[in-house]
Formats: sequence, structure tokens, C-alpha cells
Amino acid sequence: MAVKTYLDAIHDAIEEEMRRDENVFLMGEDVGLYGGAFKVTKGLFQEFGPVRVLDTPIAESAIIGVGIGTALQGFRPICEMQFADFISNAFTQIVNNAATFYWRQGVKIPMVIRAPSGGNVHGGPFHSQNPEAWFVHSPGLKVVAPATAYDAKGLLKAAIRDDNVVLYFENKYLYRRIKEDLPEEDFIVEIGRARLARDGEAATIITYSAQVHDAIKVADEIAEEEGKEVAVLDLRSLMPFDKTMILEQVRKTNRILIVHEDHLTGGIGGEISAFITEHAFEYLDAPIMRVAGLDIPVPFSPPLEKHYLPTKEKIKDKLKKLLAY
Amino acid sequence: MMDLWHIYTHMFRSRLFEEAVARAWQAGRIMGEMHSSIGEEAIAAATVLQLKEGDAMLLDHRGTAPLVIRGVDMALLYREFLGHPDGLCGGKGGHMHLFSRPHLAASSGIVGATGPLAAGFALAAKRLRPGNVALAYFGDGAMNQGMLLESFNLAAAWKLPVLFICKDSHWAITTETEQVTGGNLIERVRGFGIPAEYAEGWDVERLWPLVQKALVHIRDGKGPFFIHATCVHLEGHFLGDPLIRVFRHPLKEARKLTSPLLAALSLKSSDSVSHRKERLEYLLKTIGKAAKQRREDDKDPVKRLRKKLLAENKNRLKEVEQQIRTEIDHIISQVERYEKEAKR
Ligand SMILES: Cc1ncc(C[n+]2csc(CCOP(=O)(O)OP(=O)(O)O)c2C)c(N)n1
Repeated sequence: MAVKTYLDAIHDAIEEEMRRDENVFLMGEDVGLYGGAFKVTKGLFQEFGPVRVLDTPIAESAIIGVGIGTALQGFRPICEMQFADFISNAFTQIVNNAATFYWRQGVKIPMVIRAPSGGNVHGGPFHSQNPEAWFVHSPGLKVVAPATAYDAKGLLKAAIRDDNVVLYFENKYLYRRIKEDLPEEDFIVEIGRARLARDGEAATIITYSAQVHDAIKVADEIAEEEGKEVAVLDLRSLMPFDKTMILEQVRKTNRILIVHEDHLTGGIGGEISAFITEHAFEYLDAPIMRVAGLDIPVPFSPPLEKHYLPTKEKIKDKLKKLLAY
Repeated sequence: MMDLWHIYTHMFRSRLFEEAVARAWQAGRIMGEMHSSIGEEAIAAATVLQLKEGDAMLLDHRGTAPLVIRGVDMALLYREFLGHPDGLCGGKGGHMHLFSRPHLAASSGIVGATGPLAAGFALAAKRLRPGNVALAYFGDGAMNQGMLLESFNLAAAWKLPVLFICKDSHWAITTETEQVTGGNLIERVRGFGIPAEYAEGWDVERLWPLVQKALVHIRDGKGPFFIHATCVHLEGHFLGDPLIRVFRHPLKEARKLTSPLLAALSLKSSDSVSHRKERLEYLLKTIGKAAKQRREDDKDPVKRLRKKLLAENKNRLKEVEQQIRTEIDHIISQVERYEKEAKR
């Protein structure tokens, strides 16, 4: 066991998979010598050289298109978007070309797209977004968003070994703030499986990525203040999402709060809410409630950004309403 | 007419303002990344000072110098960088997402985005304000971004009044542009049918007449023009840049960057030792280049012009500089006092 940050976990997953499989290679802006904008790929250029760690031009659409081309010939590209916000430049390559390929031709594209996402780092409107819902909406893509170092490593390894296109949203805010002991031996986290991050029976907070940690803290506070145990379900995978575990939690706790940093309207919370009402309406004791990023771009100014974010205070407020309903 | 004293006033003012901003960033008062246009003042002055009322400016992530020189209130800018509700954009955008309607100036943190926007401003200007132009500023890194190339073609095909200005620092963050760029930039742009010319971007005396010529061409309705100007980002890519650390402490940084490779030299791997040695040499060469390129004082546009004016009239120069210093100090202290009061 060794203590690893969320960022180390991502780095190690790439490094180990590149050692394991010669076909795995890395592409992105500044990923080479200096190890990327966030130092996630530090040392990889030094170890694997310019043939397997490619500094690209600032051309996100080409990065993904080139990834598709190599994947069709048996390579397993890991394409980095420097910030998730720039993934919109590569939109057509992802949703038109990559996502539909298997359905159109029966040929799989084993490609991972890494996208550092999320706010709370004062990056302003073009360096703070959570664009995962766009891709959940596009058939043919898998989407994951880990909250812990263990899942960051295990999900990335699973994504690299997966024969399909996987969008991997890593949270910038968590990079150096989250750490845990990780096993030395090889492990993966299966895509499509949620994780019960906290047990409880009074309600369940369904969430993912950075908000998992806030949700747990809020649940702990509520346990202390009101004596009610609230469960936290960390989705980990957004497409496919874990329908079985979600329904189990609905049946067990009967009250659901969905939390995500992405904008409220059109966010994944709406889809999960609809899924629950369609499949387990009779188990609900209260309307499904949501706390999410506001329907505005992410502001630069720290107080405004805080106003945008689904903070602990907002989560707690909503949770109290849910429990009292 | 090119008035070097007038030009210097603007360049020096912009420099002092940005140095004050850098200090605020260093003190932790400005959140997030901060890109400075220190080193680009000659390009900004040679272009902005030749604009007319109704001309538009599309700015990349280094918009400060053009905005200051265009006359945007520095207090508004400073407050925006601080994330203040009374900033230029209410604190919503920060330094990369600025907009000033009266100045027809907009910046974008998306690399390459200024090209299409400038083409749009130019298309509108063609109908609304014939004779006006739109300027698009971008770096060498942006030259490989599809949307910028799309805008070259569109501006050429529709003969739009756009002045494209590539501020070539040879680097995009930590990537040497040469390593990821095919062909020659001037030839590339000429391939679109756009006249393209080169000037050293630290030499305002050379730049000025070139910009003048370009603007005449554009205002005459002959379509876009492209200026390729080299520059050095004296503060690095952003404040606190690791490449600048390399320049300031080359040995320490070189050791840090090469140690994983040295360790890997002794590891068993499918990669041959000679390959890895080659890579080590490549690394050392790249680090050396990065360090060298940032040590060249004569590429500081402000210092360069200052030297000339100092020889011309020392007392006048001191006077001009003192005046600007007082002006900037006043603005900064006013904003800071105001901020303190707002906090109370
Ligand atoms: C579309 C997009 N991709 C990546 C980035 C991240 N990024 C910000 S500045 C920069 C380098 C830009 O280089 P260049 O255009 O040469 O301008 P310079 O910073 O050197 O002035 C990059 C890659 C971005 N802002 N937008």
C-alpha cells in the first residue's frame, strides 16, 4: 500500500497501462516533457519517449480524429483535452464519428478521452465546466467521473482496457486534495457500477465526482444533528449508470436527493430522476429533489463562483427539506 | 505619423500597470491563472494606436496591453482581475473573458477563437461602418487551430476588413511551436490569398509602418492582411511559469526534468539504451533553448525604445515616466482602498 493523491492515481494508471500494453499511447497539448498543464503525465515522456507520448498542436478536433484513426488500426489512444471546456472544439469527432462508429460499422474504437473538469478553482467560464451531460446524451459513448483516488485509478485502467470510447472526466479540484492508500497490485473498477459511499436508511444522496465528498460531510452532520442516517451513492459511471443500485436505494430509503456540479437543466440528475419515477414511483415518500450548478456559465469571481456551485450549505438545506417532507 | 514619445507613453503605462497586476497576483489577491502581455507592448501599441473610432479588437488571453492602450479604464480592468462586482464585466469573466462595448473589444480564453469573431465584426462593419476594420490577435499556437484557419479562408473569400496579428513567441505553454507546426506561417497564410508580412515584434519602429500599410490595404476594401510578429513573453506563459523557473534556475530544473529519464536508463524496457540516450540529449537541448530565449533583453520592447529615448532626451523621459508612475500608483491604490472599504 502507498498513499496516492487522486492525481497520482491517474498518472499511475496511465503509466501502468502503458507498461502493460505497447498499443496504449498518449496524446495531448503539453503532455510531453513538462508533464501537462496539471503535471498528470509527468515523467511519461521521459519513460516512453516521443513515439508514445505525443505533444500535439492546439487542435482538439484533430487530436480526437487522429485518436479514432489509430484506434481503428488496433492502437489504444488516450487523448487528453487540456481542460474539459475545450472538448467542445472536438465535438463532431466525438459525437458524430467516434460515438456512432460501432453502430454503423460494427467496429469498436478503444479510445479514452481524458478531460479535467470542474470549478472551485477560480478558472472562470472557459476553465471550469462540467460538460459530461452532452456525452451521456450521445448514444455510443461511455462516461465516467471518479470521486476517489481508488476509483480514479481503477476506472481509468478499465477505460483503457475497454474496447469502446470512454470519456473520463477527472476533477481538477480533487487532484491534490484527495488521497488514500492504494494497493500495489493491479486492480480495475468495473464501468457501470456505482458505490455506496455511506450507508443509511433515512434518504439517499445520489451524486458523483467532487460532490461525493461534500455529500458525505453533510450526511455526517445530519447524523449528528438530527440522528438520521443518510446514504450516499457515488455513481462513478454516468453512462451506463447503475440502475440496479439506484433502485435498491430508492426501495430502501424512499427519499432521493440528486447532487451534481453540472448545470441543473439538462444535467444527469433529470435523467436519473425520470428513471426513478418510471421504475420505482410507488417507493417514493417525497418528490425527488436536486441540487446542482446554477443555469449560468461558471463565474470567475470567487464569491460568484460559490453562488454557482452546489455547496455543502445548499446540499444540507435541501436534504433537511427532503427529510422533513 | 509615428511619434515615438507618444508610443512610449502607452507602452510604459501598460507595462507598469501589468507589473502592478503581477504583484497583486503574487500576493495571492488575483485568483486562478494570470496571463500577462508583458513583452507584447510594441505589437499592441503599433496596432491599437493606429485604429480609428469604430474599429474592433478581438483579443486572446493576453488582452491587457491592447485594452489599456485603447483607453479602457485601468481601474475597471484591475477590479475585474480581482473578481470585483464593479469590474469591467462584473467579475464574471476575469482577465480572459473581457468585453468593452464602447471600445468594440472582446477577449476569449479559447485559443483561436479571435479569428472567426473578427471576421464577424468585419462582416458587420462592412455593412454598418464601411472603412472600419477588425483586429484579431492570437499566438503562434493558435495558428494550428482549425477555427482560425477557417476564418482566414472566409476573410479572404469575402474580402473582409480583418487585420490578423500573430504574436509569435515560439512557444505555446511548454510546447515549442516548431515541433508541432508544419511549413512556414507566412507561406501558409499567403496560400489563402492573404498578403502576409513579418516584423520583429519588439521593434515598434519597424512594426508601425507595416501596420500602417496593412490598414491602408484593408480600409481600401482589398480584404484581409496578416502580420507575423515575433515576441518574447518576459513573464513566461502565465505568472509563475515553470519555464521561467528553468531560466532562473537552469541546473536545478534540468535535474528535476531529466531524473525520471536517468532512472529509466537503468530499467529493463523494450526501448533501447541508445534511444533513451538520444532522448536525454533532446531534453537537455530543449531545456537550454527555453532558458536562452528568455534571457534576451534586447527583445524587451519597452527597454529597447527607452534606450533610444534616453539618448534623445533624458530629462523628458524621466518626467514622462514619473507622470505615468504617479498615474498607475494612484489607480492601484484607489482600487485597493475602495476594495478595503467594500469589505468592511
Ligand atoms: C481551444 C483551447 N485549447 C487549449 C487551451 C489552453 N491554452 C491556453 S493558452 C495556450 C497556449 C496558447 O499558445 P499561443 O497561441 O502561442 O499563445 P501564447 O500563450 O503563447 O501567447 C493553451 C494551449 C485553450 N485556452 N483553448
